Amino acid sequence: MSTVPKLTIKDLQVSIEEKEILKGVNLEVKGGEIHAIMGPNGTGKSTLAQALMGHPRYEVTSGDVSLDGEDVLEMEVDERARKGLFLAMQYPSEISGVTNSDFLRSAVNAKRGEGNEVSIMKFIKQMDKKMDQLNMDESFANRYLNEGFSGGEKKRNEILQLLMLEPRIAILDEIDSGLDIDALKVVAEGVNGMRNPNTGFLIITHYQRLLNYVTPDFVHVTMQGRIVKSGGPELAERLEAEGYDWVKEELGIEDETAEQQA
Amino acid sequence: MSVNTEQLFDRQIVTQISQSQEEPTWMLQKRLAALDEAAKLSLPKLEKTRIDRWNFTSFDPYRGEEALTTIDTLPENVRQFVSAEKEDHVFVQKNSSPVYQQLSADLKEKGVIFTDIATAAREHGDLVQKHFMTDGINPNEHRLAALHTALFSGGLLLYVPKNVAVELPFQALFWASGKGVGNFPHVLVVLETGANASIIANFVSDEDSDAVVNGAFEVFLGDNARLSVASLHTHGEETTEVAYRRTVVGRDAHLDWTVGDLNGGRTISDNTTHMQGSGSNGEIKAITVGAGEQRSNITSTFHHWGTHTETNIVARGVMLDAAQTILNGVTKIEKGATKANGVQAEKVLMLSPEARGDANPILLIDENDVQAGHAASVGKIDPIQMFYLMSRGLSRRQAERLVIFGFVGPVLDTIPFDSLRERITDVIEGKLSS
Ligand SMILES: Nc1ncnc2c1ncn2[C@@H]1O[C@H](COP(=O)(O)OP(=O)(O)OP(=O)(O)O)[C@@H](O)[C@H]1O
Ligand SMILES: [Mg+2]
Repeated sequence: MSTVPKLTIKDLQVSIEEKEILKGVNLEVKGGEIHAIMGPNGTGKSTLAQALMGHPRYEVTSGDVSLDGEDVLEMEVDERARKGLFLAMQYPSEISGVTNSDFLRSAVNAKRGEGNEVSIMKFIKQMDKKMDQLNMDESFANRYLNEGFSGGEKKRNEILQLLMLEPRIAILDEIDSGLDIDALKVVAEGVNGMRNPNTGFLIITHYQRLLNYVTPDFVHVTMQGRIVKSGGPELAERLEAEGYDWVKEELGIEDETAEQQA
Repeated sequence: MSVNTEQLFDRQIVTQISQSQEEPTWMLQKRLAALDEAAKLSLPKLEKTRIDRWNFTSFDPYRGEEALTTIDTLPENVRQFVSAEKEDHVFVQKNSSPVYQQLSADLKEKGVIFTDIATAAREHGDLVQKHFMTDGINPNEHRLAALHTALFSGGLLLYVPKNVAVELPFQALFWASGKGVGNFPHVLVVLETGANASIIANFVSDEDSDAVVNGAFEVFLGDNARLSVASLHTHGEETTEVAYRRTVVGRDAHLDWTVGDLNGGRTISDNTTHMQGSGSNGEIKAITVGAGEQRSNITSTFHHWGTHTETNIVARGVMLDAAQTILNGVTKIEKGATKANGVQAEKVLMLSPEARGDANPILLIDENDVQAGHAASVGKIDPIQMFYLMSRGLSRRQAERLVIFGFVGPVLDTIPFDSLRERITDVIEGKLSS
């Protein structure tokens, strides 16, 4: 597709098990932009990510989401993915008996579509290259998907999928947690390598350390199930230095979690 | 053929079956004795599966077929189960009749026997008499064993002499075709000391077949012998299959059993192995996929008699639609079987809300100085796993397929025959997409 990707979220409200978590999120992410989402624990960051991807336990009760003008909420999970949405999960699933490479090849082919499958040789070459780039040992290709992977290995594997699938909009949920310093740099390089008008990023993180390597264009703060403040990279730096108290004070918020009624 | 309360089948018919094949007298006597018993014996008691209304007796007990001039006259969906290159060892049975046999002159010279039971009984009477329904399956175990003894037709003897190793697998194909047929093959495998061989048996039927299949498999492994044996069952939805398999394993012998219960119809599958000789080791891999309203009861059993015997049972069941399966695993360690080690794992994956499964691991241990372990699980496909896979663009069906093949992988990946692995994969694919 030649157009610049655009994800638009309008007044998104999401419940989990009847409990309202997101209470109206508005956000637009375009190709070439990097948005960081920060916020205290339990304020709805993962909820936003999961709802965008279509996680079965999260129920969208109101609002709109569109990708390149198409209604995302109408789409099945796999269709969202094939249209270019990608979520690197905070807690990726483990799937026994399915090798990483078989899975990845199926995913790459699903995106390319029937009749346009990648040759095995070409796929292996590509995967080898990306694994090399991420300092992943070759053995990970033939291990079962995430099974027995350490926390950091799982995160690296999520990034491997990101690099192989080249989505239009990539959502990374705490991709930096559990990564050692070297891995963090490698992952950041991976993201920076995809920093171009064909891809937009929504990066959920608690720490400035990732943002030191991947400078965001926009930083948003979530509290009580909403984005309560937005700014540039300097906002993240201030949060790192001072924490969230000043934001709460500024906005008159007492308990920041999503559970609290606003 | 209707059921008679006195006698389930006419003595006359049994006599005819035997005489038409010029069987020795002892075999006819054995058939007739079993026929008398069949009326008195009850059906086997199966864990959690009611079989009293299954059809075991209403079928045409003998349906003879013409021999094939070439194997290529078989319909493609049947033909595909065997490879019949010049060097291959092949046996094909249609309904009651062996219709095609192929064994290289080289193996014949080495003393290998691979022929139908009737011929074997005439030409190698002592060998057959020694092993046929004696130390393996007892004709009086229950009604179904007795019925098999009385009415069996066709089947084969595979005999591998001392220290003879055969590279290529022996292949057998049992095909039930047409309405109202019974298919009662008896497979007898005898490996002498130090022999080494493998055999793949395929049990198939036409898609619309309503065959009653009551086959038996008896295997005897001499000391130090090695055998890989696989039994693949792909009967149609309207069929009923009973499959009893018994193996007796000698000292330091090695047994590798694969059972693919991939029928569309009702299935009783029992695979019991006696680890008689010390130091022997055995493995049973069982895989089943159920669809529609199918019912199956699948049991894998190892009896440890010898010391230092080692066994492993790995069973996987995938249930679609409203199918139900009972997967039983039994590890029995007898008194005196010191240093024995038996492990087992049965798992059932259910893909629909109406599917049911049961995994029953049973350890029965009468000796202290042993090791044993078991694992079992029954579960539905995990929606979070599905979400993860679909979030990478895989359709629901593709994602399910990956999870299912991942689930059966521990069985499938260790099958020692490439062709069989591919065949089972195809059959599972077929079941998933219908
Ligand atoms: N199954 C559930 N039932 C009830 N509440 C839930 C459930 N799942 C999540 N929640 C609640 O939803 C809220 C938002 O959770 P979410 O995972 O979106 O937070 P987060 O901002 O990603 O936090 P973190 O920074 O810790 O990852 C939390 O208060 C959480 O406890
Ligand atoms: Mg989170």
